[in-house]
Amino acid sequence: MSAEGDLLHVVTSDQIGPARERLGRGLIWGSFGVMVLAFVYCTLADNGALGLELTNWRPALYGYLIWATCFCIAQVVLYGEQGKRRLFLLPATLFVVAMVIFPLIFALGIAFSNWNLSSLEGRSFNGWDNARQAWGDPFYWNALKNMVYYTLAILVEYTIAFGLALILASQIRARKLFRVAFLLPLMLSPVAVSWMVGKSMMEARFGPLARLGRELGWDRPSFFGDPEIARATIMVMDAWTFIPFMMIMILAGLQAIPKEVQEAAKVDGANGWRGFWEVTFPLMLPVSLTAILIRIIFKLKLADIIINVTSGGPGGATDSVTSFIFREYRDRSNVGYGTFLAILYLVLIVLAITAFMKAVDRWMNPRY
Amino acid sequence: MAEQIFHDHESDHGHRAKWFAGRVAVYGILLLWTVICLFPIYWTITTSFKLAPDVMKGNMVPWWDFTPKWKGWDSLGISPKYWAVESTVREEFLKRFTNSAIVSVSASLLAVVLGSMTAYGLSRFRYKFGFMRNPDISFFFLSQLILPPVVLALPFLVLYKELALLDTRIGLILLYTLTVLPIVIWIMRDQFLSIPVELEEAALVDGLSVWGAFVTIILPIALPGMVAAFILSLVLTWNEYFFAALLTSTDAKTLPVMVASQTGSQGINWWSMAALSTAAIFPLVIIGVVLERYIIKGMAAGAVK
Repeated sequence: MSAEGDLLHVVTSDQIGPARERLGRGLIWGSFGVMVLAFVYCTLADNGALGLELTNWRPALYGYLIWATCFCIAQVVLYGEQGKRRLFLLPATLFVVAMVIFPLIFALGIAFSNWNLSSLEGRSFNGWDNARQAWGDPFYWNALKNMVYYTLAILVEYTIAFGLALILASQIRARKLFRVAFLLPLMLSPVAVSWMVGKSMMEARFGPLARLGRELGWDRPSFFGDPEIARATIMVMDAWTFIPFMMIMILAGLQAIPKEVQEAAKVDGANGWRGFWEVTFPLMLPVSLTAILIRIIFKLKLADIIINVTSGGPGGATDSVTSFIFREYRDRSNVGYGTFLAILYLVLIVLAITAFMKAVDRWMNPRY
Repeated sequence: MAEQIFHDHESDHGHRAKWFAGRVAVYGILLLWTVICLFPIYWTITTSFKLAPDVMKGNMVPWWDFTPKWKGWDSLGISPKYWAVESTVREEFLKRFTNSAIVSVSASLLAVVLGSMTAYGLSRFRYKFGFMRNPDISFFFLSQLILPPVVLALPFLVLYKELALLDTRIGLILLYTLTVLPIVIWIMRDQFLSIPVELEEAALVDGLSVWGAFVTIILPIALPGMVAAFILSLVLTWNEYFFAALLTSTDAKTLPVMVASQTGSQGINWWSMAALSTAAIFPLVIIGVVLERYIIKGMAAGAVK
């Protein structure tokens, strides 16, 4: 978006005197000192150097909060009007740095160590052992393979969502009613859905879906016995909750297409099917790609339904990476190995999504 | 009676039949999908009023093939019979419900406040943090969306343990704020970009400061967008299970964790599970029906540039 930035350009005459500057710098460095002191105190107490029992690292947290607050105040003291503008971004930035960047660095440390939370030994650095273990872990690679299948299912979801959006955008009665009904699955919590659909409606003996299956001639309906069927069932349940999401985005895109374009196409003789493929669909490409990208991102987090319905079974056939790591931690409480798998997953995701975006970019803006 | 001179051609009647068939197909699909969307909800609500034989016989329609009973709601302690009586299950349920409500509302509020400020700053001013300029900063915030929760889960488990934030509402609120922040920034940036800058220019000329203009002029205009972002965050945080399952145990346990732990215990207690599920999805179904407009607005924000 090129419209971003420097729209509101104001020239101000801020006179920052030396006293004020000293005050600002003093605030930053003083509070920084407090934070460092808090950290040093916690580290020392943790090592038992002070002869104190360290209950928790809260002092370090408070130190960070004090520093962050003083840093924000000091921006206004030091830079006046410019500082007030920085204040729009600073809180969120400091928050994200504390909550993402710092834990990520910490995670890198954990990832290369053997750390069983339930044993008393604590953490021990073990180099590339986790990597070797991950390389030889068939269940992890199986989970990654499942993620590819799950992601491919998005294409089907997209087709259904596009069809529904087309119908909703056409001339129909009671559009609002249908829109509300179609939106509802998105509002339900995946955990409730796992019980409502996965555990009760698909229950082999009494569930209505199993009954329906028997009516249609499937003699012993079992939705989670066979690996292929179990995976497909999980896909269906996930699709059920998330199709509304894609549908709404595509609907918004459809409604933003100017009516004149479609009318012109109609006058030129493109009706129905051809009108869709040659006019509507190409116009919808950017919206479609955004919707698919966001859906992929959400799909990669898929876990709740799997944890609650199949817990990965049968034989890991439905495992997603997240649910696998969740069980790995639940069963063995090994933080080190789990974190390594998670970081590896993150690296793979970033690579895949970057490649996807590059490919889309190349395809949308071809360079001749 | 004279013969009608102007009448439709034969082929036009065929066209009419085709149009009619098309309408039937369209409404057929719409009704089918409505059933697909609503049946699980209907099934859960009705099952909460069934007894074991009704479940086994597959009775579906209340008062037609089964008589609704309060059994499921009795087991939750939420039924006419048990209103006045002390009930541990109800206490437990209400505690989880309050936890969920507090955590999701405060996390959404915090995210909307932080996100609106950030989005406004990014849409109006030019920044330079080291090598990062506005597009880079935007990307930095939005890229948080890619981060799968599992990457942060275990480090947070350890960090929260050290900070004594494990099993506290504050800990969950902070984490949930983080997960919805990128979505809020996305929606709000779109919202602010659609507001003309001239409004603030006029406000600045009239003597308001940048923050004064933001709070008194821009925020009221951007309110619909903020509501949309808030509702969307509320939906995501209310339903969140993964972090809650890992980071809470007794005090701060949220509703989804309670539902999940009940599912695990076997011996299919259909009626009470159905009652619990109904109670868990109830608030969001209401929000979905009443505030549908805002949810759609929020989700459409990214779609249309």
